[in-house]
Amino acid sequence: MFQLLGIPPQALFGQLLLGLINGAFYALLSLGLAIIFGLLNIINFAHGAQYMLGAFAAWFLLQYAGLGYWWALLLAPVAVGLFGVALERTMLQRLYRLDHLYGLLLTFGLALILQGYFRNRFGSSGLPYGIPPVLEGGHNLGFMFLPNYRGWVVVFSLGVCLLTWFVIERTQLGSYLRAATENPTLVQAFGINVPRMITLTYGFGAGLAAMAGVLAAPIYQVNPLMGADLIIVVFAVVVIGGMGSIMGSIVTGFALGVIEGLTKVFYPEASNTVIFVIMALVLLVRPAGLFGRAQ
Amino acid sequence: MSTWRTLTLMAAALVLAVGTAHAQISDGVVKIGVLNDQSSLYADLAGPGSVVAARMAVEDFGAAAKGLKVEVLSADHQNKPDVGSSIARQWYDVDKVDLIVDVTNSAVALAVNQITRDKAKAFIVSGAASSDLTGKACSPNTIHWTYDTWALANGTGNAIVKTGGDTWFFITADYAFGHALERDTEAVVLKSGGKVLGKVRHPLNTADFSSFLLQAQTSKAKIIGLANAGGDTINAIKQAAEFGIVKGGQNLAGLLVFITDVHGLGLQAAQGLIFTEAFYWDANEKTRAWGVRFAERDRGIHPTMIHAGVYAGILHYLKAVTALKSDDGTKVIAKMKEMPTDDPLFGKGTIRADGRKIHPMYLFEVKKPSESKGPWDYYKLRATIPAAEAFRPLDQGDCPLVKK
Amino acid sequence: MATTTEYLEAPAAAAASVPLRHQYVAFGVMVGFFVVAPFAVYPIFLMKALCFGLFACAFNLLIGYVGLLSFGHAAFLGSAGYATAHAAKVWGFRPELAVLVGVVVASLLGLAIGALAIRRQGIYFAMTTLALAQMLYFFCLQAKFTGGEDGIQAVPRGTVLGVLDLRHTLTIYFVVLAVFLAGFLLIYRTIHSPFGQVLKAIRENEPRATSLGYTADRYKLIAFVLSATLSGLAGGTKVLVFQLASLTDVHWGMSGEVVLMTLLGGLGTVFGPVVGALMVVTLENYLTQLGAWVTVVQGAIFVVCVLSFRRGVVGELGHLLKRPL
Repeated sequence: MFQLLGIPPQALFGQLLLGLINGAFYALLSLGLAIIFGLLNIINFAHGAQYMLGAFAAWFLLQYAGLGYWWALLLAPVAVGLFGVALERTMLQRLYRLDHLYGLLLTFGLALILQGYFRNRFGSSGLPYGIPPVLEGGHNLGFMFLPNYRGWVVVFSLGVCLLTWFVIERTQLGSYLRAATENPTLVQAFGINVPRMITLTYGFGAGLAAMAGVLAAPIYQVNPLMGADLIIVVFAVVVIGGMGSIMGSIVTGFALGVIEGLTKVFYPEASNTVIFVIMALVLLVRPAGLFGRAQ
Repeated sequence: MSTWRTLTLMAAALVLAVGTAHAQISDGVVKIGVLNDQSSLYADLAGPGSVVAARMAVEDFGAAAKGLKVEVLSADHQNKPDVGSSIARQWYDVDKVDLIVDVTNSAVALAVNQITRDKAKAFIVSGAASSDLTGKACSPNTIHWTYDTWALANGTGNAIVKTGGDTWFFITADYAFGHALERDTEAVVLKSGGKVLGKVRHPLNTADFSSFLLQAQTSKAKIIGLANAGGDTINAIKQAAEFGIVKGGQNLAGLLVFITDVHGLGLQAAQGLIFTEAFYWDANEKTRAWGVRFAERDRGIHPTMIHAGVYAGILHYLKAVTALKSDDGTKVIAKMKEMPTDDPLFGKGTIRADGRKIHPMYLFEVKKPSESKGPWDYYKLRATIPAAEAFRPLDQGDCPLVKK
Repeated sequence: MATTTEYLEAPAAAAASVPLRHQYVAFGVMVGFFVVAPFAVYPIFLMKALCFGLFACAFNLLIGYVGLLSFGHAAFLGSAGYATAHAAKVWGFRPELAVLVGVVVASLLGLAIGALAIRRQGIYFAMTTLALAQMLYFFCLQAKFTGGEDGIQAVPRGTVLGVLDLRHTLTIYFVVLAVFLAGFLLIYRTIHSPFGQVLKAIRENEPRATSLGYTADRYKLIAFVLSATLSGLAGGTKVLVFQLASLTDVHWGMSGEVVLMTLLGGLGTVFGPVVGALMVVTLENYLTQLGAWVTVVQGAIFVVCVLSFRRGVVGELGHLLKRPL
């Protein structure tokens, strides 16, 4: 078999596919962040903690209510979404008059509280959560063994991302959202309840993060710090994609997942930093991000 | 002599007598500080359990009956060398602590090692793995009790190659500890006639091992060596099960695994895992009795080798203090090296000039779910490495304390 | 978006360009406290407060007077720390030269990161600094010379100018105090100088400042580099106190901590960062026995401060006295 850059092509395709799977998480998370930022102009630092809450919610549902993965996929985002709504109503709302950086600081503080509390209660080694029986095992694709669950992750997140994009860009509700981003006062003058829309949007963003958490629970450890370092990478993804661009964050998420996957093959030590390096380069060349609108 | 002078002399003599009696045990209390990670990565394999072990040691020694006042304190170093060294400094300077034990995390242990030496106190390491503690950084104030990277590499590497695992692929955590494990194990594998087919380095605290496991699978090595610890090892093992690695005929070798990791993984995921440890609670009558007693006091968690090391180390320390009637750090450590050790957990052993405690090491394999009778019944013994061969030879460590 | 926004900035009354008498008094109180304290309180603890105080003051220069929230300031603290440790231990430099090496490294890093980050404003700026600092963290994790997880240990303290032996606790304490005061006064002088006025003008109305002929980006960059340099000074000094350079100092948690200290003490006030640093260091010391609760408490302080205590301790005090502090 010929080798491409020292790696047999089968291994390469395998790594590309794995990168795509990781990209699915980046895409889901940056989508949530981009939506929240687009409408509320708040950087939701608590996004990583909400991702973690989703995974824990799945674990709780299994442990205490005997409800398995499929229920978790439905209920956890709703639960965390409601939690997000409560947060927005009680705390975030007060900050809209202020400099947007206060929102960042508030959500940062919230993230610290959530992560610290969960770490106290559950330790850091993580809790086990099994792969749903229906999705166990895998298929030998010839160039690699693909666990079924991982395949499901890609398909599902792609579906959710595209559905969200469709709702925002092609439906009436989405058009209200987009209008409210640009000129909330005017939109409110038309009789649309903008504050409620904002609240629900934040809840939706949090719910998306939680959904990513449920997806992650069977394959990564359910542990209190699972979102802490991930969130910074997602920030970088959003900066590269361009803040506020929905399609931008989806495409960038998947693309960066693939690039990271390739880095793991050729130069694994740098797999942590490659996304930041790309971010630095993009900032030099296109400060608004690849798909963003210049400010 | 005038009455005044006699009285003054008598007073002085009295003060001296009383003073010196107290000066031998500083402040009249032997203070032991258990310093480790109580809240993050390593909280389960050491953490609050080590404090329990320390208290058990003090009680079992019968300190009160022997007229010795002993106090146990604890603190959380959060796996940060600066927090750990601050606490150690404050303990020695302000709280008059005489002995620090455990310190899981080699970075913190090296820092505390230095501070203990500067202040001439005592330090018994149970949790940290760096073999530098009895090598380049050896100190007359430190004893390295339970295990180190050399012993792990030697035990696991050697024994596995001898039983047919002669081609290896390493998945290594890209930091000093991981490199050390990989380097030591590779040397052993090559010496025993095995081959290393490839290695890959992953960043510390990696959530997703799929890419690295895929590379390991492609290499077709019989053994995939995991040169990492804690959450990384658990993640790698979990995901290896997902990718059907063990089913596909390859075996995983954990280079640093504790019974609490196996408990967290569950036997379904961890079965067949091979690794070296210094202690297993269910090994014999004495260890079992202690293990059960420990579990009652530590929320049902059975002891890891680190907990055992804390217990045994403190027992031996208190014996030395009683024999010397002093808690002067340097003197007590020297006495500990002089006296042979004997405790219910590690049996009979010795402590070398470089501070290395010598005892046999054991190669364990994780039982299949069908073989286990209940929770914490996880290991079967594959081989015993005799004490004389288990640790790095005295002359190979570059320890300045060892006369060539 | 809403047109009236409350900016992250110094209270309006701080527009005075002449140092006010009550600020002299406050300065006297601060110096008096730190001169007397080591005889009653564990000096190493106080030195930690001083180093972080300087770090927070340097950070505050950027947020309070230029309006830029940097979420990656740990990069400067930590990189200077590593450079100083390396210079002192491996190259055998004297402490003052080792710290100088650290300061230079922090400066250059500040120039590099600043040049990239200044291109964006507000939140984008914050996220960019965060991401770049994280990149530095991973670099430090893997580079050989930083010792990775172990850090650089057993850094020798040496003797300053061949005379002051830093191994004596009180000696190093007063050296650290001198360094802190020097940095503090430098920041103070900068704020109350023509340069500081231009920064204020840029923060309040950048287009107008530009129309007056000031290149806003260049001024912002200079301020950024100055902030980075002084953070480096704090980092290098801290390494000599603790004789250890570790990854904690380049981790984003440290960036968050300095924000916390400044927020709690009072964003944009002169003495706020020092008070905030002292409070946070005390809190952490007190809570070490409780391990992970420290994070929860820090988070709670953030939330409370942002929601209802935005002026911070010193800011509220200044508001009560109706004089800027």
